[in-house]
Amino acid sequence: MIDLNNLTIKKAHQAMKAGEYSCLDLTGAYLNEIEKKNPKLNAYLEVFTESALKEAKIADKKFKEGTATLLTGIPIAVKDNILIKGKIASAGSKILENYKATYDATVVKKLKKEKAVFLGRTNLDEFAMGASTENSAFGVTKNPHDIERVSGGSSGGSAAAVAANLCLAALGSDTAGSIRQPSSFCGVVGLKPTYGAVSRYGLIALGSSLDCIGPIVKNVRDAEIIQEAIKGWDKSDSTSLREVKSQKLKIEKSKFTVGVPNIRLTDGQIKSETLKNLEEAIEKLKSLGYKVKSIELPNLRYAVPAYYIILPAEASANLARYDGVKYGLREKGENLMETYFKTRGRGFGPEVRRRIFIGTYVLSAGYLDAYYNKANAVRDLIKKDFEKAFEEVDLILTPTTAGPAFKIGEKSADPVQMYLEDIFTVPANHTGLPAISIPYGQAEEMPLGIQFIASHQNESLLFKVSKDFLGEKD
Amino acid sequence: MIGKNDIENLSKLARIELDEEEKKSLAEDIEKILSFVEQIKEAGGEIQTEPAVGKLRNIMREDKNPHKKGIHTEELLETAPEREGAYIKVQKIL
Repeated sequence: MIDLNNLTIKKAHQAMKAGEYSCLDLTGAYLNEIEKKNPKLNAYLEVFTESALKEAKIADKKFKEGTATLLTGIPIAVKDNILIKGKIASAGSKILENYKATYDATVVKKLKKEKAVFLGRTNLDEFAMGASTENSAFGVTKNPHDIERVSGGSSGGSAAAVAANLCLAALGSDTAGSIRQPSSFCGVVGLKPTYGAVSRYGLIALGSSLDCIGPIVKNVRDAEIIQEAIKGWDKSDSTSLREVKSQKLKIEKSKFTVGVPNIRLTDGQIKSETLKNLEEAIEKLKSLGYKVKSIELPNLRYAVPAYYIILPAEASANLARYDGVKYGLREKGENLMETYFKTRGRGFGPEVRRRIFIGTYVLSAGYLDAYYNKANAVRDLIKKDFEKAFEEVDLILTPTTAGPAFKIGEKSADPVQMYLEDIFTVPANHTGLPAISIPYGQAEEMPLGIQFIASHQNESLLFKVSKDFLGEKD
Repeated sequence: MIGKNDIENLSKLARIELDEEEKKSLAEDIEKILSFVEQIKEAGGEIQTEPAVGKLRNIMREDKNPHKKGIHTEELLETAPEREGAYIKVQKIL
């Protein structure tokens, strides 16, 4: 029996290298777990049993030849809005239910090059719009810690799969917190890289100025390994960052300062346990030798409202391509115009329709300055707040979420309540900053998470301090 | 105030069919969401047209070495809802 619960990428690599078990054994072990637990959790929308076993054999060959890299044979799950050539990419939507990807996303191409094993595609809120997977056209993903609760979203399938040992690592995407919030809810590690550090080519677009692909994993070192593998400039993504400086950081703790913004109980729906947990995290940082300082981010309270203007605007433009002509669902009407209306009316679920309508409204003639342009001005203010903060501190600490995973159905009736889920995570998307959620503490017997935010392209700082905080050895 | 007329107009712009019941519920939701996002009116900041992050850069390449003609045709056409030979079939436009 392979101890999947305590497995890391490095441990699995060493075991396969030493011949303790083969990649076929490892892949088989995960497929067994999936068969046992997935019907209840609904983390995977599809399991690639056949191709995964084939890939495992290829990986085993690489080990035999001595050409295996760290990710060779590592069984991973992919959020179902990231394209894998020849596989369905549904984005959790009826409109793409049968759409087969015609090319590999850059991140997938990079992982394929290392001969990772693709176990399947994971559930998400439709087009990644949501914070609970309740907006998926294919049912909610349940939280492995308590199946009456949500796994978070939108990358809820990926986070639940990692937490329940249904894969060793997973890819998610994060537009307002969609990697970090479900990671926090499921008690795992989630990284949203610097905007542009990882190519978006082959990620089904939601909000193009906010979207990032990143890892969801069991520990910080694994996040670092996946991030190293998937990052890099890409000619196919015009917002891809050309220079990614790799910093060798020697942290002198006595001079290293972590900033904590003033958070009030009135911010969003923050629970008192969350604030208490944050206080404990601060004490722990201090005991580890870090300096902790309170900071002001005065425009933080506008982050969620500004997001729910910018995102719907960008999404309504991005989703205009689903028209029933080139690919995806076609609901035929009397004429072409009617076909458009029917296809989009029946193919998109309620939250997607809601956001397309909001986006259409805020972009319509006469409203542009009042909404979209104003929201971008606010976004710039938020960016300046963070720039100012990083003049005084090296990292910023916040809770990842206002509270632990909520009950299924608890927030689905009120879109604004659901939107407030993003309160601590969305600033990193507005600003393009890298941020990580790591498990720390509990409330209502469910995991809580804390979030570190670094300045641009300083992922290495996030890894270093997170490992130190969790007592993780390389 | 978002009324039924506004929703019908948005439905036309977004090309999304709605039934009567949803027109009502969407009007309520959108009203609620707009009053929430309108908080940003209290914030400062100069209106600008340049985005704060994610600046697009043109990525140019030499106009040469095209891929071989037709190598992607079949797989792309296969994703179309309806086709005729090497064409995607749609209803009459004019």
